[in-house]
Amino acid sequence: MSLVISHLARRFGATPVLRGIELEVRQGELIALLGPSGSGKTTLLRIIAGLDWPDAGGLSFDGTDWLAKSAAERRIGFVFQHYALFPHMTVRDNIAFGLTVLPRATRPGQAQIAATVDRLLRFLQIDGLADRYPAELSGGQRQRVALGRAMAIEPRVLLLDEPFGALDAQVRRDLRRWLRGVHDSTGTTTIFVTHDQEEAFELADRVVVMNGGVVEQIGHPDEIYDHPATPFVARFLGLTVELPIAMRAGRAEASGLDLSALPRRAIPDGPATLFLRPADIQPVPDPAAPFRVTEIASTGALLRIVAESDTGCRIEAEVSRREGRDLRVGHAVGLRPAAGQIFPGGATPLARPASAPKALKEARP
Amino acid sequence: MTPVTPPAALAPRQDRKAQWLLIGLAVALTLFIVVVPLLYILWRALSEGLAVFAQNILAPDTLHAIWLTSAVAIVTLPVNLCVGIAAAWLIARFTFPGRKALLTIIELPFSISPIIAGVCYLLLYGRQGLLGPALAAADIKILFALPGIVLVTLFVTGPFVAREVLPLMQAQGSEQEQAALTLGASGWQIFRRVTLPNIRWALLYGAVLATARAVGEFGAVSVVSGAIRGQTMTLPLQIELLFNDLNVVGAFAAASTLTLIALVVLVLKTLIEARTR
Ligand SMILES: Nc1ncnc2c1ncn2[C@@H]1O[C@H](COP(=O)(O)OP(=O)(O)OP(=O)(O)O)[C@@H](O)[C@H]1O
Ligand SMILES: [Mg+2]
Repeated sequence: MSLVISHLARRFGATPVLRGIELEVRQGELIALLGPSGSGKTTLLRIIAGLDWPDAGGLSFDGTDWLAKSAAERRIGFVFQHYALFPHMTVRDNIAFGLTVLPRATRPGQAQIAATVDRLLRFLQIDGLADRYPAELSGGQRQRVALGRAMAIEPRVLLLDEPFGALDAQVRRDLRRWLRGVHDSTGTTTIFVTHDQEEAFELADRVVVMNGGVVEQIGHPDEIYDHPATPFVARFLGLTVELPIAMRAGRAEASGLDLSALPRRAIPDGPATLFLRPADIQPVPDPAAPFRVTEIASTGALLRIVAESDTGCRIEAEVSRREGRDLRVGHAVGLRPAAGQIFPGGATPLARPASAPKALKEARP
Repeated sequence: MTPVTPPAALAPRQDRKAQWLLIGLAVALTLFIVVVPLLYILWRALSEGLAVFAQNILAPDTLHAIWLTSAVAIVTLPVNLCVGIAAAWLIARFTFPGRKALLTIIELPFSISPIIAGVCYLLLYGRQGLLGPALAAADIKILFALPGIVLVTLFVTGPFVAREVLPLMQAQGSEQEQAALTLGASGWQIFRRVTLPNIRWALLYGAVLATARAVGEFGAVSVVSGAIRGQTMTLPLQIELLFNDLNVVGAFAAASTLTLIALVVLVLKTLIEARTR
């Protein structure tokens, strides 16, 4: 029981929007599609839903070809970014819609539909709103109604396009936990789109990072966080410091940097690039080191420190206020990265190849 | 502290004078251009008593004209609704070559004088026209009969429904319809339960405007009707005829019927506008 997407490609006019998507979603999984704006997340979701068709590739569910089926036959639940509730129907009628349009032979009776809607309203914690119209609801409440409407048809797969995109931070956090709870108690296979990595990592069983119409990495949130598979994923996940280094016998070397904390890598000798999170860099006062502190700025809990070497190398680090207490502008410091990711090659050839599937890496925890 | 009198306190008095002047002008113009003529129609129609008024209205030719105009309105309305919705839907929901052209064609009747429409139909369907001989051979009578009047009225009223519905459909986008699609609704269910309720007021508004125009059209109809007394005279044509016959009370009586229809339309339009605001 799984959703299999293979070599999926879609172009709008001359612009390729999806370029060979490969993805397998297992029964009951909660998957996040994470990527920057324009990376093709919505397009992929719409193709899965049957609202759009690919130019090439396959899509099957449970062994049956879904590309040969209409949206209605696939029985998926789709929650639109702006909810797309029916404004002239009450919350109750919105949720009941999918049941009332069933062919007469399979349509449940009125009483049974009402009971289903009542159960959903209670389950989604909006039973007080049954007789309101969408215009009379807050954003978070509309989100719940939209989810209720999609769940009423007992979908095989639930698809959510930026479910929390239009909500404020607090409501987002609440609804996020709530959605996880809903998923855990229904077990419906769910795919949701987001460009907020915190959201993806907190909520999802597996995260799919997309960029420019290809899948950059698929994996468990921790796996992706600790071992970004491509330079894009590294940058996207906040490894914003990029340093040219040299590899020798599996160890990284760079002047003025203490790279002993980094594990050995199976990367051939030669030039490479080290990606670091500013928070993973520890500045250590050392009169002999080539770096000099040129800027110290406080962001409240953290100190943002800029260190520059004589050779023009500029590095940003973040330390807690307590740790950085003794640092002053002008001090010589050595830099000690606690963790980082190394990709072979110099600074420029990092642009990923256009052939997507070759670069695919399924990271498993 | 003494209250400071703003120096501007003097200025507004002059402004106010200009204001009243403008308001007065607007009221006077409205009175003499719109209200007085309308009231005058009613007054003249009733000037010789209710009995004469009724007698004039019930004159066979006038009665026939009222019937003909109603028939034209009743036949054109559903056609206008269907074509208007279909066109708006096509343009709002699909991109296809010729979409812009379709939009222009739909609005064309607005920029063409109705009399030109009439003349075109004459040239097309008339005895010497392009299709004339073929129609005559098949014994189909279009000109100087109800079909011609209906066709030319359709031409003149065509744009109204699409023009009202299209902006709304474009603004709303197709997400609701797609949501209904994923929920398993059929095309007809989507139209009846999602699309139609969303456009219903714009649709009604367009229908009211189109009907008002259908009832009142003079120029185009006068060309294709042939003005056969008691047969192809619509209400506006009949009014002109009565007027030319110097039957002033008759003309005003017929005109008052048309005015009444216009007033009903106006009230409906205002109600719908208040509803959609
Ligand atoms: N119907 C369409 N016609 C033409 N281009 C389209 C269409 N739909 C999407 N695109 C283009 O495809 C690209 C990907 O769009 P998509 O909506 O899938 O991105 P996304 O990852 O969902 O972005 P966002 O996070 O901003 O929602 C964009 O460059 C967009 O302009
Ligand atoms: Mg999107």
